[in-house]
Amino acid sequence: MFFIGGAAAVMMRLHLIEPAGALVQPETYNKLFTMHGVVMVFFFLIPSIPATLGNFLVPMMIGARDLAFPRLNLLSWYVYITGAAFTLYALISGGVDTGWTFYTPLSSHYLNTHVITTALGVFITGFSSILTGLNFIVTIHKMRAPGMTWKRMPLFLWSIYAASVIFVLATPVLAIALFLVGLERIFHVGIFDPAIGGDPVLFQHLFWFYSHPAVYIMILPGMGVVSELVTCFSKKKPFGYIFIAYSSLAIAVFSFLVWGHHLFVSSQSVYAGFISSALSFALAIPSAIKVFNWTATLYKGSISYQAPMLYALGFIGLFTMGGLTGLFLASLATGVHLHDTYFVIAHFHYIMVGGAVMAYLGGIHFWWPKITGRLYHDGWARFAALVIFVGFNLTFFPQYMLGYLGMPRRYAVYPAEFQVLDVMSSAGASHTRRRLLDSIRLSSLVHPLWTRSRIESLERERPGMGDAIAASHR
Amino acid sequence: MSESAASSPLAAPSARHLSPALHHQFEDIEQQRDAGNFGMWVFLATEMLFFGGVFTGYIMYRSLYYPGFAAGSHGLEVNLGAAMTFVLLASSFTMAMAVHAARAGRRGMLLGLLFATILLGIAFLGMKFTEYSHKWHEQMVPGLNFHPSLTELRGAPEHAVELFLCFYFFMTGLHALHMIIGIGLLSVMAILAWRGRISCEHYNRVEVSGLYWHFVDIIWIYLFPLLYLIGGRYK
Amino acid sequence: MALEITGIAIPSLICIFLFLWGASLFFAAAQSPQGAMAIFVVGKQWMWHLQHPEGPREINQLHIPVDVPVRLTMTSEDVIHDFFVPAFRMKMDVVPGRYTSEWFEATKPGSYHLFCAQYCGTLHSGMTGTIEVMSLTGYAQWLRENSTAESMAQMGLQLFSRLGCDTCHLSDGTGAGPALQGRFGKQVTLRDGQNRVMDGAYVRQSILDPASLPLPNYRPVMPTFRGQVSEEHILQLIAYIKSLASGERTQAP
Repeated sequence: MFFIGGAAAVMMRLHLIEPAGALVQPETYNKLFTMHGVVMVFFFLIPSIPATLGNFLVPMMIGARDLAFPRLNLLSWYVYITGAAFTLYALISGGVDTGWTFYTPLSSHYLNTHVITTALGVFITGFSSILTGLNFIVTIHKMRAPGMTWKRMPLFLWSIYAASVIFVLATPVLAIALFLVGLERIFHVGIFDPAIGGDPVLFQHLFWFYSHPAVYIMILPGMGVVSELVTCFSKKKPFGYIFIAYSSLAIAVFSFLVWGHHLFVSSQSVYAGFISSALSFALAIPSAIKVFNWTATLYKGSISYQAPMLYALGFIGLFTMGGLTGLFLASLATGVHLHDTYFVIAHFHYIMVGGAVMAYLGGIHFWWPKITGRLYHDGWARFAALVIFVGFNLTFFPQYMLGYLGMPRRYAVYPAEFQVLDVMSSAGASHTRRRLLDSIRLSSLVHPLWTRSRIESLERERPGMGDAIAASHR
Repeated sequence: MSESAASSPLAAPSARHLSPALHHQFEDIEQQRDAGNFGMWVFLATEMLFFGGVFTGYIMYRSLYYPGFAAGSHGLEVNLGAAMTFVLLASSFTMAMAVHAARAGRRGMLLGLLFATILLGIAFLGMKFTEYSHKWHEQMVPGLNFHPSLTELRGAPEHAVELFLCFYFFMTGLHALHMIIGIGLLSVMAILAWRGRISCEHYNRVEVSGLYWHFVDIIWIYLFPLLYLIGGRYK
Repeated sequence: MALEITGIAIPSLICIFLFLWGASLFFAAAQSPQGAMAIFVVGKQWMWHLQHPEGPREINQLHIPVDVPVRLTMTSEDVIHDFFVPAFRMKMDVVPGRYTSEWFEATKPGSYHLFCAQYCGTLHSGMTGTIEVMSLTGYAQWLRENSTAESMAQMGLQLFSRLGCDTCHLSDGTGAGPALQGRFGKQVTLRDGQNRVMDGAYVRQSILDPASLPLPNYRPVMPTFRGQVSEEHILQLIAYIKSLASGERTQAP
């Protein structure tokens, strides 16, 4: 799914080299960004770390034989595949152009594309998230080995736990919102329909009640991975363990209260805007705590710059940048200007790609030998980590400037004055994407196959991995 | 995944109390039971927010379009609604007794109570269906067949009544869907009980299905006053 | 531990400061100054319809004078749009079924981009325009050159008689509907005792959904005009009813 979403993104960036649009019709462009958003958010970012690293590591780290409900886990995999099949069908059979946000009444009454199929796909996949989250919560609560108390758990588990809470409590709200959109489309009447006095903005409230916490679903596991990587590669205990752990929970709790900051200009009351802005600032604090504590952990550590650590350091830098630009958006006055511009795009790509994807790649590299029994090629992996970092910044940094200058998002054609920055961004994009694919393929998948001989040396290089983490951490 | 997990030093099969009902990943039957119950509670939290979305919308629109909502509510058959509530409460009772019977290991009693619960559930759905068909005949189904007569509108704006009915059908429809799933679940339990697969040591599944059933019941307890009893019907 | 606390306290203080700063600006921006020049906007897939109270209509272009606060009253004919002028740092969603507003004061003459910032379908990126900020004299001249026979209120008056509103809403109050003279901006008490201010949103609701606003002493006989009037028509009717309140005489030419 990541490859499909990535291909769509490259197409969009190439298209935007010319102000009038180089490649495709606006309609196709709209389908591309919708596909990119839906696929990346619902089918890559949300399940990536929990479904791969989470399912693998959670039982090991708490010293259980397996998750509490292995069959449910299998079911969630099939549910995911079913959901993905529906969505892919929608994409292949003509596409959908609602944007990943499905705003009503555009999605419910005006478009003639495959909205229902896509919504159904996302709806179904939502259940896969719920089941996974449920499984993690129960496992962490009930199946810890004797002596594995809450305050001795690896930090990765705290973050996975916090993300699971969001899975379980937020996903159903998205499910019901999409369900209602589907019903409205089928029966041509419904509760978001302005023609009968319905309120289209209600959909935005329901949608963002899910989708704001959802961005923390994406980033929290990433934070957990980075906490582990930083600790391991600076050969120190994590600084302020309890603060990192509780900040995960604080993020999960606050994340449910800040959806209003997506609606500053949606005609919600100014007081609602005031409160959500205040809470959004409050949310910055637990995130900042994490960054401080990672930095403090690095301080005077004996750091080894292996590939996973490079990813982790990249994460810290990019996440900090994404987080700080988040404050501009959370602040009411600047938020109004920057809302729905490329600034937002750059902001959440710094968090999502710079954060979640970097952490995912770092985590995959780190635990790859534990999963497969083989080591990746370290030189290539380090090279890839650096290239991704540079390419990513080339792509998205210009977008901050574009956004500040006022280029709105989701524009297939744009005024000529934005061209220079757009071309820079596109150049960075093609560079990044190619390297991103390379790095995944080469460093993680191909090389290990002929580096078997290094397996034994691995355990010497990496004390404190896998179950050793569970048993001997702290 | 389970292979690698099983190699963990903490897995020491010889020390475990082995029971055929015990799944491989749990230490003992107590832990398994706890995990099952807790899992269902977490699932119910999910369900609560699932319904929560519609409830939020309902509350918002009700405050905006109160006359329409009252008029729509007066068009519902309150006696039928009360009967449905009664039937559902009775089914909750039989369900609770069924869990009790399972714990006591009384297979015959368990089977009988499960059947009673299923029958009551079906009766509920039957009444729901009757009500839907009445609405259809009154041409009060938004989207498909909505041509309300003036008496049905009771002086309220047509679109507000339509909105109320949208909520009525969304909410009760969603609830009915949950009832159908619940009935399916109980049927599976009944089959398992029939085959003697539910022992007093391993009645956890019945207990968990019971939790689900009670939850669906509670949703209705909220739906009934919200949909049927608003607008000062008895003033 | 002390380090940890400091690490939490300092960013918290910075956050609180930034928050208050942003919020105070936001509230200032939400409140339009008295006597701002009014412009009416209707968003429609995929163009902007704009109208000056004096009558001139524009599409995807807005001429305004420099150094004069301008208040936009906006609504949408179909989906949600967003009126975004990056140079003015202003943005507000244009939502079907309700009026939203924003205001700005251009300080330099020139031509500025207008974007739709809320994704609204296929030609979303084509829903752009320009704001032409002109000197006061230039604007006055532009207004003369583009003057229409009728102001918005006069167009409203025409509609008022064409739709037959004037058969019930007689000016002396003897009709089946209430007289509208001098009512705009005043409080209205509904049959259930609710108090509403008779503003644009109220007038719009009573045109489209009169049954939801039952008045004491009047029978609810007014039919809905949903489907017979466009959003632009409604804005003209509102302008007319508003003109009745200020006592200015609106004559059909």
